[in-house]
This record gives sequence, structure tokens and C-alpha cells, in this order.
Amino acid sequence: MKEYFVKYMLMAFALSSLFFLFLIFIFILFEGLPLFHKAGLKHIILGSKWAPTKGSFGIFPMIISSFLVTFGALIIGGPMGLSCAIYLSEYSGKRMKMFLKPALELLAGIPSVVYGFLGVVYIVPLVRDYFGGPGFSLLSTSLILGVMILPTVISISFDALMSVPKTYREGSLAMGATKWQTIYKVVVPSAKSGILASFILGMGRAIGETMAVIMVAGNALRTPLSILDPLRTLTSNIALELAYASGDHRLGLFSTGVVLLIIIMILNYIANFGIKKGS
Amino acid sequence: MKAKITVKDLEVFFDKNQVLRGINLSINKNMITGIMGPAGSGKSTFISILNKMLEFEDNVTIKGNVYIDGVDIINSDVDQVELRRKVGTVFAVPIPLPRSVFENIAYGPRLKGIKDRDELFTIVKESLEKAFLWDEMKDRLNTSALKLSGGQQQRLCLARTLALKPEIILLDEPCSGLDPISTAKIEDALSDLKKEYTIILVSNNTKQIARITDYSAFFYMGNLIEYGPTEKVFTYPANKKTEDYISGKFG
Repeated sequence: MKEYFVKYMLMAFALSSLFFLFLIFIFILFEGLPLFHKAGLKHIILGSKWAPTKGSFGIFPMIISSFLVTFGALIIGGPMGLSCAIYLSEYSGKRMKMFLKPALELLAGIPSVVYGFLGVVYIVPLVRDYFGGPGFSLLSTSLILGVMILPTVISISFDALMSVPKTYREGSLAMGATKWQTIYKVVVPSAKSGILASFILGMGRAIGETMAVIMVAGNALRTPLSILDPLRTLTSNIALELAYASGDHRLGLFSTGVVLLIIIMILNYIANFGIKKGS
Repeated sequence: MKAKITVKDLEVFFDKNQVLRGINLSINKNMITGIMGPAGSGKSTFISILNKMLEFEDNVTIKGNVYIDGVDIINSDVDQVELRRKVGTVFAVPIPLPRSVFENIAYGPRLKGIKDRDELFTIVKESLEKAFLWDEMKDRLNTSALKLSGGQQQRLCLARTLALKPEIILLDEPCSGLDPISTAKIEDALSDLKKEYTIILVSNNTKQIARITDYSAFFYMGNLIEYGPTEKVFTYPANKKTEDYISGKFG
């Protein structure tokens, strides 16, 4: 009897996560879809004017901005994270690993508002002084997000590199390859699907980040034309306006949420596909 | 008879744990030298000294001298990559890279800087022929090496070692996971290859050592117990331990 009880109790808790996911999904679609019907898909996705109190719900600049900061983060965090993972798995000794791994986990645990704070205090003035523009910009946001995705990129590509059999390395070295040749000709290609997945999950993290982005992006309502222009992402849009929105304005924010949800689902799907194909 | 490799007072420690104790021997050119001994006797450590693969392990201390063609590879500044081209290795578990048959064999030559397709093809063909694998592989050069059978994979690994044009070939229990027919094919290939190369074969299988080697060494607990012509070692072993091992009383 007790066994029976424990089993179903645990099952109920296990299913609750699925239930919440489902609930969020239904909730966002329920609130967000009516406006797509009312204003038109094309108007929302491709419209460039966001004036929700005046009946304009174009979020195109924000979609573009979200993608720009995400790719910016990837350009900065991707190579850095991969280099770090290669160093950790191929070169570092035990002691260095013992020191670096916890440091990375700590990096992942820092609240995003702290990153934003750091960005406002140091990165934004630095960008303003050295590159010009207002400082609150695509560049600053990409820099901050690039650092924020590092733990994701590093830990997943590290796992992928470590799962390459030691025998591949030995085989390559025994055939007269240097250590570096072995890494870029054998180890990295063997781990490529895992590395790709780490990039995509890093992108998912970057596109969903809100607090740090609000603090350094400048949140201007237009499509950025240079890396020094301020921009507003999908997530920032929701967080900035939800507190005072009502009526169609509120529905417009939910539509933003629907678009975000779909983008993130696609990224996750690609990442999972990559991991499965690799293993 | 000419010595290709001379080992003097070789000692190896992992941390404080001594795994080789004062090894002295010289290995002849154009012969198959067998190394046998129970697990943990230091056989594999010994051969990973010869290709300097041991240096990838942590906390290893190596003392003594190992001369290959008169050059001390332990104490002088030898280029590891050059050395591994001269001393090829075939491992216990066949480990082809996840590429095609052709690319597996061309990997080493390509690293040397050979780019010409015809030249690479000649090397691949010659290497496969020497490893008695050409007839089976000539129509399958583009299949993934991972799809071959275990015996074919091991001969592929032998072929890819030969493609480096080495002078010495180390084989670390190359037949441990193979069936008798595949084993026989490898043994035939080796007996043929000794005309051109110096071969060192590590094996747990004393019958294999007796069948194909010219000289054999018996390692036990990090010591070299006995070394001499295989015929002598197997018929009149000087040491009781060797006799016990050969006759299957332990190991």
C-alpha cells in the first residue's frame, strides 16, 4: 500500500512540471493569439511601428534586435567558450580543472541584474568613450550576453569533448599528429554535434535574457542600423510595459510573448536534434 | 645481427609506485620480438616508453636510457612527432578514426604534408597490401572504417601505421579481441613484414609468442625475468617463473 502511494505521489510531482509547461503555453497562446486575429499576422510580425495605444503593434524591430543581440552574444561567447572548453578538456591539469570548473558554475549562478549593473557601470561608458554613440547599444548588450552564455557553452561543449574516446586521441597521436592537429582534426570534429548544441542552447539563453538587456540596451523603439545604436528586444518589451498596459496594449505584449516562445522552441528543438544525432 | 633498440637500467614510476624495475635489453633489427607477462607486469608501459606516449600520463617519472639507432630518446631532446612516425603503434582495441577507410590511412601521410591524390592513393594501396587487406578493401575505400569487422579494423590500423613508413612497429596485444581466423591473418602479415621492419609484439597469448616471434622477453611485476631467442626461452627457460608462466601455471 505504502509503495503504491509513494509511486503515485512521485508520479504526480513528476507530471506537474509537464503540467506547468502546458499551462504556460495555453496561457500565452490564449492571451496572445486574439490580437493576431484582430490586427493580422503580417501587421504584427513585419510592422515596424510599435504604438500599442494607437493601434500599431509592429514588433519587427524587436525581432531583429533579439536576433542581433543573440548572434552578437554568440560571436563573442562562442569562440571564447569553445576555447575554454578545449583548454579544460585537453590541456589543463587536474589542479587547474578543480579551480576552473567551480568558478564557471559560480559564473552561471550570478543573478542577471548583477551583469546588467556591471554593464551599466563599466561597459556602457567604455563603449561610449571609445566607440562613440550613447553607449547603450547592440555592442554593449552583446558583450554582456556573450559573457552570460559562457557557462552554458563551456559546460556543454566540455562534456561533448570529454565524451570523445581517449583511444581516438591516442590513435591520432600515434600516427604522428601533434596535440593541436589531433584536437582540430579528430577531437573537435567528433564532438561537433555537442558543440553545436552548446551554441544553440547558449543562443536560447541569450534570446530569453531580460534584466541585463534592459539595463544596457537603451530600449529604443527602432531597428538598430549600427552596432552602436540602442535597441529593444522582445523580452525587454514585455518586461518594460506590462506593468501599465491594458486592453489591446496588453494583448500586444502577449503576442510578443508568442513570437518569443516560438523562437525559443525552434532553438531547443534544433539543439535536441543536434545532441541526438551526435550520440 | 644488429641492435635497433637498446634499453639500459630503465625504471618507471607512477607517483611513488614503481612499475618497471631496472630493465636492460637490446632488440634486434628485422625480427619480431615478443613481450609476454601477466597483467600488470609492465609490458604496455614498456612499449609506451618507446613511442613516448607515456608522457601524456600525469605524474610519471622515467629513469635510465633508451637508445633507438644510438639516440637516447629519454634524455635527449627528441621531436615526439618525428619519433612517432619512426615508431608506429597498433593498439589492443582497433580504433579507426570515424572516417572512411581511405582517409584513415591517408591521415598520417597528409599530416606529413603529402597532398597529391595519386601519391596518397599509392601509399594507401601499398599499406593495405602489406596488411593483407587490399583484396577486401579495394572496392570499399570510401566506406566508413567503423563499419568494418573487428579483424578488418585491426588490419586497417596496421595498414595506417605502415602508411607512416615507420622503422619500428609496436603492437600492444593486437589480437586480444579477435577470432582465430583474423588472428592468423595478422600473424601472416607480421611474419611477412619483419623483412622490412623491426617488430615488437606484446601479447598475453604465449602460443602466439611461440609461433611467430624470434626473440622473447618475459616481464613479471615490473622486472625483466628472462630474455633470449624464443626457441630457447620456450624449450629451456632459465627461470622457474618463466617456465610456470609458459606452461600456464599462472597468469
